[in-house]
Amino acid sequence: MTVQENTSKRHIEELLRGKEEEILKRWVEISSRPLRGRLNETQTAKELREIYRALLRSFDHADGATELRALLAELSRSRAQQGFTPGETAMAVFGLKDAVSELVEAEAGVEALRGFLWLSSTIDGLGLYTFEAYTTAREKIIADQAEELLELSTPVVKLWEGIVAVPLVGTLDSARTQVVMEKLLQTLVDTGSEYAVIDITGVPAVDTQVAQHLLKTVMAARLMGANCVISGIRPQIAHTIVTLGIEFGDIITKATLADALAYALRKSGVEVVGRRQTRVAVRTEES
Amino acid sequence: MVDTAEELAITSNDQVVIVRQKVRSTAIDLGLSLIDQTKVVTAASELARNTLVHAGGGRARIEIVQAGLRRGLRLVFSDEGPGISDLKLALTDGWSSGGGLGLGLSGSRRLVDEFILDSEPGRGTIVTVTKWTR
Repeated sequence: MTVQENTSKRHIEELLRGKEEEILKRWVEISSRPLRGRLNETQTAKELREIYRALLRSFDHADGATELRALLAELSRSRAQQGFTPGETAMAVFGLKDAVSELVEAEAGVEALRGFLWLSSTIDGLGLYTFEAYTTAREKIIADQAEELLELSTPVVKLWEGIVAVPLVGTLDSARTQVVMEKLLQTLVDTGSEYAVIDITGVPAVDTQVAQHLLKTVMAARLMGANCVISGIRPQIAHTIVTLGIEFGDIITKATLADALAYALRKSGVEVVGRRQTRVAVRTEES
Repeated sequence: MVDTAEELAITSNDQVVIVRQKVRSTAIDLGLSLIDQTKVVTAASELARNTLVHAGGGRARIEIVQAGLRRGLRLVFSDEGPGISDLKLALTDGWSSGGGLGLGLSGSRRLVDEFILDSEPGRGTIVTVTKWTR
């Protein structure tokens, strides 16, 4: 850093330190103006003061910069939670430039202007950092959700002693089939079930890839000694499967989950008998 | 006569899903029956995945076409992949070069009303399919 740059930098630092209250007040005003009513002003003032202090500290120590970044990330996160766009958060940070520029203009010195340019690029970096922090937080949420969805969308449920079912919903790709297959096979072992029902009512289209995945899952379950039933074959799906030329061979298929359950119960020797109607309804009519 | 047209890129599995959803919504707008919707969506799924698996990606064009009083849904899948050297073999049931069931291309042909396969080794592949309203 040249001597000249150093002097102008020190100049702006002194300005920031000397007129802290004045600048902060303006900054809070400027940055809460476009968000009027949506944000608590005392809260904003508190947040911005912390950031301002950290900015001042960052001029002296490298530690200050780390603290500053942490505060900005926190600001970005809390604002995002309150429903602000990353642009609005960055604009709040950029507001500091306007607050300082008013003072620099009043001073009108070359030294002050040069210092302001330096400060300006620093603030640009900080504003962009809030943007980055926002995107990183979002990406993490999306990645977590995708994983959760993968887990959530493939529950294996026990229908009866010895009968488990997997209701499939949505698109069946390789990754999901893998999860479904693993879960199903593990549940078969854990529960000692002999019947597995794979319900595809929630699968919008059965193409050759989906069919291949289903066939593989059934084969794997069979290897473990379980009997598989595919249920939830709607008329349009049946039509499409036939036209495509997919053969399900000797795999038992049923139109509804209820049919599949009835089949599995019958095969495992359970008889379902409807209770005879013995209740007598008594009703008194009042006039 | 082409009424509307939309072009989508296919570069990942997610985009196959997007193509499928777009085809479904267009088929519904067009008033295709539930069975025809499902058939054309399934064909779109097969053909879109073909561009991805065999050519590493391609494009899908979704058009609503009109011929006289009939309206139809036309899908054009194109890629700049290796192309197909033996069209007859590629359209044979059960023959697959990608480890699948070998029914994608031949099955799609049966799912739609018109099917045109245009391919040459080194020049890429264009598959045009049409489903007419009844």
